[in-house]
Amino acid sequence: MSAHTLAEKILMRASGAASVRAGEIVVAKVDLAMMHDSGGPRRVAPYLQQLEAKVWDPEKVVLVSDHYVPAVDPQSAAILSLTRRWAHENGITRFHDMQGICHVVLQEYAHLRPGMLVVGGDSHSPSGGAVGAFMVGIGATEMAGVLATGEIWLRVPETVRVSWTGQLAAGVCAKDMMLALCRDLGQNNDYKAIEYCGSAVTALPMAERFVLCNMSAELGAKTGMIAPDEKTLAEIRANGGDIADSALQWRSDENAAIERVVEFDAGRLAPQVAAPHSPGNSLAVDQVGRVRIDQAYIGACTGAKLTDLQMAAQVLRGKKVAPHVRLLVAPASLRTTQLAAADGTLATLTAAGAILLPTGCGACAGYGAGVLAEGEVCISSTARNFKGRMGHATSQVYLGSPFTVAASAVTGHVTDPRALLH
Amino acid sequence: MSAKLENLRGRAWVFGDNIDTDLLAPGHAMRKPLAELAQHCLEAIDPQFARSVHQGDFIVAGTGFGIGSSREQAAQALAHLGVGAVLAVAPARIFYRNAINLGLPVVRFPHADSVRPGDDLVVDLVHGCVYNLTRNTEHDCEPVPEFLRDVLQAGGLIPHLRTRLRRQ
Repeated sequence: MSAHTLAEKILMRASGAASVRAGEIVVAKVDLAMMHDSGGPRRVAPYLQQLEAKVWDPEKVVLVSDHYVPAVDPQSAAILSLTRRWAHENGITRFHDMQGICHVVLQEYAHLRPGMLVVGGDSHSPSGGAVGAFMVGIGATEMAGVLATGEIWLRVPETVRVSWTGQLAAGVCAKDMMLALCRDLGQNNDYKAIEYCGSAVTALPMAERFVLCNMSAELGAKTGMIAPDEKTLAEIRANGGDIADSALQWRSDENAAIERVVEFDAGRLAPQVAAPHSPGNSLAVDQVGRVRIDQAYIGACTGAKLTDLQMAAQVLRGKKVAPHVRLLVAPASLRTTQLAAADGTLATLTAAGAILLPTGCGACAGYGAGVLAEGEVCISSTARNFKGRMGHATSQVYLGSPFTVAASAVTGHVTDPRALLH
Repeated sequence: MSAKLENLRGRAWVFGDNIDTDLLAPGHAMRKPLAELAQHCLEAIDPQFARSVHQGDFIVAGTGFGIGSSREQAAQALAHLGVGAVLAVAPARIFYRNAINLGLPVVRFPHADSVRPGDDLVVDLVHGCVYNLTRNTEHDCEPVPEFLRDVLQAGGLIPHLRTRLRRQ
């Protein structure tokens, strides 16, 4: 019996091929298709009409309104209304209307399982790899093709293994790991599956593992994955999902063909900050120099889950946001907001002066509240700092962990959070 | 409209590495109709591009072209403005698929640095050749893989699928 990587195993099962190897093209059956309000119904409905096709299996579709929420003008209101109508007309029962950001909602409602082949109409779809699914981002035309046929062609990716040995220090988290990787591995790891492993990865809670897979998009990778373990199964069960222990079989074989293995020492990692205008433009926070900020933003799928809000609260407890800074917090989901309200995290944030924004993708992609004026400087827990993405083309966005964003909000300039942690 | 793959001719618009989707299709314009959105394409780095690009012109770029979001308006805006093909050292994965699916050819072109802005190019995407008439040079590019040629020649994934589904 020959050995295969996790990515190969999933594509073998989904394509029905007895064996596949990196570089081959397979036509695979999709287990789940996820769309949101921006790239979803408003874009795919006209294509399906042209094809005179119906959704191949409404049970295998998850639809989430998260980009234009809540509506701020008649155009965004119309997009949300169209999304609701389409969900109803097409019998989509797994429709999450304004309940959170799609990638977070997928895991909160246990829609994902190890070994699944999932396509998502969003580039941060590799997030699904946190539970050991093979999930890739696609565009709207491709999504229409999947909805009409239930299939997609995919090139079997080479696997690059990223191993983090040791343990992270206090005040350092998954976001720092990824900002370092965007620099060290570069952003052109096209068509690769990145598999994360090592003691520091095993030690991460699921929400932090999510960040590794999520930001694999910033590495230019096809997807990011973490083999499931007991923690994975416990999380799926806690979220109401039914899963057998046999799901632990979804891992790369011992002698699978790994293209290369890259090792990093988590214990030596300092908090990282990515300077404008690329996540790969990162450096240790103490190398940044004095950068005065106008805004601190905690938001997005990658940076506003419960764990992220708790990191910010750890820094902000008993402190105040600097007078010239606005700290904006847009929780990643309704459940995040509920849990953060229940455990006192929201009270800590607002006592420090944080402004709470609606749940959703928000200002991360420049769609929602909190965009920047000409020349303004922001530090953000989001995943991308492309030129003009978060507002005016001359605005400057630095990326950092929720710890670093919170610490910077207190001092008014980009700051190493370790100095402020109790 | 089906994409032409041989004997394409146009001027080169040259860009560097990591031209991201937010430059191609800015977030603030994403709720607007395509014709309007396309006018903002690349505005943050070249305000003249959208109004000066001609039918059949080429984008010549470095690595990571189209990196970032899955928004296919990034490719659609270029197609709407008349771009004939994208020749990039390394196109980003989702952008690549989106462009092909919309009928806009994208190929790997390792010799992007041999081209200067405004060069007059003739491109053969079936055999993988870029002739630079301005500089009198000839370089290889990756040909469009055969199984994607059908999609491009049909004019994109939707017309391609329509034919396939009707046959079934």
